[in-house]
Amino acid sequence: MGPLSAYLTVSAFLFAIGLVGALTRRNAILVLIGIELMLNAANLNFIAFWRFGAHPEALAGLMFVIFSIAVAAAEAAVGLALIIAIHRHYKTTDVTQIDSMRG
Amino acid sequence: MTVSFAIIAIITIASAIAAMTLRNLVHCALALVGAFAGLAALYLQLDAQFVGFAQILVYVGAVAILIVFAILLTGGSEPPNQPIFSASWCIGGGVALAVFGVVAWTIRSSHSITHGLPAVTQPSVRQIGDQLMTKYILPLEVVGLLLTAALIGAVIIAMKEEKAK
Repeated sequence: MGPLSAYLTVSAFLFAIGLVGALTRRNAILVLIGIELMLNAANLNFIAFWRFGAHPEALAGLMFVIFSIAVAAAEAAVGLALIIAIHRHYKTTDVTQIDSMRG
Repeated sequence: MTVSFAIIAIITIASAIAAMTLRNLVHCALALVGAFAGLAALYLQLDAQFVGFAQILVYVGAVAILIVFAILLTGGSEPPNQPIFSASWCIGGGVALAVFGVVAWTIRSSHSITHGLPAVTQPSVRQIGDQLMTKYILPLEVVGLLLTAALIGAVIIAMKEEKAK
């Protein structure tokens, strides 16, 4: 197993852990934490492919991760604001109880 | 694969598992900080110093604090009488295991990713800044606009609703 595939395996494992959390936890904040973990796993893939790719001097993967971190920060801020607003309205953050749009 | 990589990878994965399985939400947030710091160490190992420190600043510094504030504002943890391990847990775990299996099998069976480490001159922060100001100037402006709009929107969403008159 080469170094690149080791990094990719760690990233895939992180993605799977985040996916478990996003799919199974009932608290909306933990769902958001799972999504953050999945985003970070993707960032690790970008950095690994940039480092072991053919043209590391082009900095493309590095730039993509910098922009990805900025977008993820905006996503976390909006997501947590939505969770606070939902908690104020429904008095719960349990995603299984917020079902007023269920048919 | 070096010893330091193995240690950092184990710490990162263990913190991520702890962040997703612990009952107390504050403990989850602290474990998440550990996972983010481990990822920053992995970035440093991959010669991406700027991204590593940006990761620490943004995630450990800002996102983790935001999450702790949200936990405190929404008041506490999950209802204690419900078990974590339930039928939905089995389904979600199965889906995630299938995803990991497919990705890991693809990584192992790929032939194009086995070549060694190319020699790289470490990119200086000056190089990154030069590129951000020349080649990537338009994405930089767009990200600035996005962050401004998102943060103003977050404040408006989280603001107390005015009583309708």
